This record gives sequence, C-alpha cells and structure tokens, in this order.
Amino acid sequence: MLRIKNLHARVEGKEILKGINLTIRDGEIHALMGTNGAGKSTLSNVIVGHPKYEVTDGSITFNGQDLLSMTPEERSHAGIFLSFQSPVEIAGVSMTNFMRAAVNARREALKQEPLKSTEFLKLMRDTQKLVDIDKKLVSRSVNEGFSGGEKKRNEIFQMAMLQPTFCILDETDSGLDVDALRVVADGFNKLRTPQTSALVITHYQRLLDYIRPDFVHVLLDGKIVKTAGPELAKEIEDNGFDWIKE
Amino acid sequence: MSLEQSYIDLYAANRAKLLAGAPDSLNQYRDAAMEAFSTQGFPAKKVEDYRYIDVRAAFDGKQNYSMLLKATPLTAIKGNPISVNNTELLNRYYNKVADNHDPITALNTALTQECLCIYLTKNQQLEKPIELNDIFAAGVDQMEHKRILIILEEGASAVLLLHYMTRDKYHYLATQVIEVFVGDNATLQLYELEETHTSCTRFNNVYFHMGRYATVKHNNISLFNGTTRNTIKAYLKGEFGEVTLNGCVMADKNQTVDNNTLIRHEVPNCTSHELYKYVVDEQSVGAFAGKVYVAEGAQKSVSKEVNQNICASDEARMYTQPMLEIYADDVKCSHGSTVGKLDEMALFYLRQRGIPLAEARMLLMQAFVGQVIDEIPITSLCDRLHIMIEQRLKGELDQCVGCARCNK
Repeated sequence: MLRIKNLHARVEGKEILKGINLTIRDGEIHALMGTNGAGKSTLSNVIVGHPKYEVTDGSITFNGQDLLSMTPEERSHAGIFLSFQSPVEIAGVSMTNFMRAAVNARREALKQEPLKSTEFLKLMRDTQKLVDIDKKLVSRSVNEGFSGGEKKRNEIFQMAMLQPTFCILDETDSGLDVDALRVVADGFNKLRTPQTSALVITHYQRLLDYIRPDFVHVLLDGKIVKTAGPELAKEIEDNGFDWIKE
Repeated sequence: MSLEQSYIDLYAANRAKLLAGAPDSLNQYRDAAMEAFSTQGFPAKKVEDYRYIDVRAAFDGKQNYSMLLKATPLTAIKGNPISVNNTELLNRYYNKVADNHDPITALNTALTQECLCIYLTKNQQLEKPIELNDIFAAGVDQMEHKRILIILEEGASAVLLLHYMTRDKYHYLATQVIEVFVGDNATLQLYELEETHTSCTRFNNVYFHMGRYATVKHNNISLFNGTTRNTIKAYLKGEFGEVTLNGCVMADKNQTVDNNTLIRHEVPNCTSHELYKYVVDEQSVGAFAGKVYVAEGAQKSVSKEVNQNICASDEARMYTQPMLEIYADDVKCSHGSTVGKLDEMALFYLRQRGIPLAEARMLLMQAFVGQVIDEIPITSLCDRLHIMIEQRLKGELDQCVGCARCNK
C-alpha cells in the first residue's frame, strides 16, 4: 500500500527526515514511536502533502502512484486520512457544509454522482451514531469551542464519513483521558476493514493496548533505528529510548 | 476647463428643466448647493474623508452621460408608506440632515430630479419588510442623482431593503443621498445590498437623525460593484438611542469599495456598534474609515467598533482607519482593526479532507464575512444573503459585462 524509500525532508530550511525507509502493506498497523523532535509529525505531514514541508530526496508511492506529485486533496481522494494532532478550529464553517464539501469532492474525484441532500444527511446521522459523537457537536462550526477530547472524536467522525484506506493517527491519544482514549480507539477499530492500514504515532504504550500494531518502529533523529513486534512498545514504556540510542 | 466647471455648466444648461420638473421644496436648495459645490470642488485625495478614493477620476469624462430621467410614476395605494416628491414631507424634512459641506451631497442636492419618500406615521408598524429594487437599465451611459427620504415618526417600526442592481452593460455614475429620521422609540432596520457591475460608479451618502430610545440597524453589503463609496453618518440626538452600523464587502477584479462612517454620540446614554468585514481578492481595493465621536457631556456612551479584513491575494489592498474622538470622561469605547490572510492551517485541514484549494478558500471567505450576515435578525434575509455570497464566490453572480479586464 505505502512504500517510503530513502525519504529526506526539511521544514523552514532545517533537515528533519534523514533517510526513512518504510513499507506498509494492506491491513497492517504500524506504530511509530520516538522522542520529541525525532521527526514523527514531519513524516505524517510529508505523507499528506503539507506545503510547508519540502522533500529533498527519496520517494513515496501509494498503491503504485507517485504520492509526492499529488496535491493534498488528491492524496485524500486516493484514500489517505490524517487524524491531526491539533485539529484546527474553523469558525463560521459548519460541520455539515464541511463534510458535504469533503464527501462530494471525493465522490467527484472517483467519478461518482454527488450525494443528494437527503442521502447526505442520512449518512451524517448514521455515522454520528456509529462513532457515538454528540449530535450537537456535528451541528456546530468545525471544532469551534470543542474540548480536546471532542476534537479527537470529531477526527474519528470525519474518518468514518470519508472511509479512507490508510489512516495516520498523529498522537491521537495526547490530551485524552483513559475513557476518551478507549472511545476514540473503539471508533477506529469499528471502522477498520481487513484492508485498512494505519500508521499510529504515539509516545505511549496505552493507545497500542487498544489498537494492536503489527510492527513498532522507533524514529530517532530523522531515521528509523529499530523495528520489531508489539513487544517493543512495552520495552520502550519500561526503559525509555536511551538503550536504543546506544 | 476644470472638471468642476464642466459640472457647473451642466447644471446651468439643465437648470430650467430641473426647476420645471420638480417642486419648490426641492428647487429652493439647488442654487445654494451648486454654490457650495463650486466653492469646494471635488475632494482631492489629501482631503481626510476622501483619502482612499479618487473622486475626480470617478467623475471625469462622465459629463456627457445622459442625465435627465423620466419621472417615476407611482400610484398611491392606501396604507403604502411610499410616495414621490411629497411636498408636505419635503417641507418638513428635506435637506435637514444632509450636509452640503460634502461636495457629493451638494452636487446631488443641486442635480436631483425627485425625492422618494418613505413615511411611517406615529406607532405605525410595517408588518412586512419593503424591498426597493433600484435597477440601472437605461440602455445608454447614464448619470443619476437619487434622493431618498425615510421618516419614522415616534414609535414606528420598519424593515427596508434597498437593492442596487444593473441589467445592462452601460456605464453608470450615480450619486445618492438618503436622509433618515428615526423618531423617539422608533425602530428601523435598513439593509443596502449592492449587486451591480464593474462599470458602475456609486457615491452613496446616508444620514441618520435619531431620537430618544430610537434604534437603527444598518447593514451595508457590497456583493458586486465597480467603484463604490458609502458615507454613513449617524447622529445620536436623543438619549438611549442605539445604532448598529454593519457591513461586509466582497471585492475582486479591479473593484473598489470605500466605506466611511461616522457615529456621533451627541447626548448621554447612547450605544453604538459597528462591525465591518472585507475580503479583497485579485487587484481590488478596500477601504474602511470609521470614526466614533463622543461629544462633551455625552456620558455613559458605549461604543464598540470592529473592522476585520482579509487580503486574499498579494495584489489586493486594504486600508483601515478606526478612529475614536472622545470629549466625555465616563464612557466605554473600544475599537479594533485587523488585516490578515486566509488561515493557512485551516486551508490545509480542509484540503486534507479532500476539498480542493479553490473551494477551501471559498469556504473560509464565506465563513469570514458570514459573521456579519448572521447578525441579521430576519432569518429569510439571512439565508438569502448566505446563498448570494456563496454564488458570488462561485462566480455565479459575476456581472463582468463591460469589464475591460474580463472582456479582453
């Protein structure tokens, strides 16, 4: 599904990624751990095409397509979804208008007819029940005045509306209490199909208790320095990163 | 020959026709107004109130435009508050709040042919809003000098929408003076909506005279235009008056919108609000100057003025000038102004969800000016304006006819 080769990237002139190699196949969950500033969020931003990040070397292919030549919206249409670490508040844009624009843009890209108003509203209602998000949140402006937990839950709601095949969860657990974490993780698990794959970025073991990874990678100073099974997350939780550095 | 002289000559050539076609109540002010105009001339850019718009350029070359219009036939309908050249009303109110020290108003007073009067008697409540469609459709290049008088007697209330439109590709130059008298305890909502085209130049001067406990909500929406200058002056003459001056502007191409407002707290205990939002895109120019004046002794005045703007392109220009002038010591007044770009983080968030860049930009612009529309208490109008703004941004309202830039 996703193949990253020798990826170098910089932001504001500073080199952050220094040769990433990573392959994620259909249905696999990969966890990415690492110290602050190691490049975890840079990697996710590069995958979704944030204009601030500049790729200086290497390649990313997604289902055989050259991802780096695609616009952010084209990557979204191809099935890539980023659950943002800090979802943006957009005053004055209602969740309904936002989601209608997003769903129909994707349908247009896939050469499908736009949803009729009634069909769309039904999809909103059904999805809202599926991920158990408060109806009131869905009727407000995008993330405006939402609590941290509500924002993360709203990310999962959007994921459910757009049904991506590859999800990046960028520190989805940060700022969440245990109950909220479980709700968000359950939401993700409910949406998963056997083909859905994911890159889960986290500092902690506990999210991985709910979303079981097939592989755990450790990113230090712009490179993946260690890859192992789920037991690696437990080791890091107990011993930190220093033993890997040495 | 100077530009001013050509307008003085224009008046001299048409004076007899103007006098013959209008009542004395209008005619009696013409000569003095022309005198006031010729003394001042068109304001140069160094004149503080006109520093953001080139008035001379707007009036130059328009002298040969057709000017005299056929009188508007209006049939009197029982209970209809609208009439034309109503002598009784003109005698009491005409040219009483309009200020001929403004050369545009002076020119209008000298050259106007008729005055539309909207009159509500004591305690008269208009059940339904009145929409007046002012359509430029002359079939030739035309100059128009329009005059409107709005009077709400004590306790009356009304909702008025003035909708300015064009129906053909000709060039238009219009001056308009609206004099508004809102009596004690009277309530007026006045909406002005411009949807003209890029060859249309409008100078619109609005004067509000407000009594005790009078309420005015003015909303000034520039959806599509050529060059527009709105001068809005509100005089709070009675205690406990409340005025709201709101507006929003969407401009692109080579459009210019200059809004110049003045709120004068002349007595104690009055409240004023002001919210103006602009989105200027492409090569357009926006200007906002808002002065709140609190006279000596006008204690307990409360005023809040906000102007927020987005420059959506590198070439668009926005000028903003909020001003407070306060001569009383027990008041609460604030003003603030911002100019920024579209939120890059929000744009990227929308694009990550698959919304193409152009549409994402549109959603953000719509949301930005939408805040002004949301303050409109009439749901049906609010909904209609939201739809119009969406169409405007999608280019479905484009009236590029006659636009030199688009017709290349």
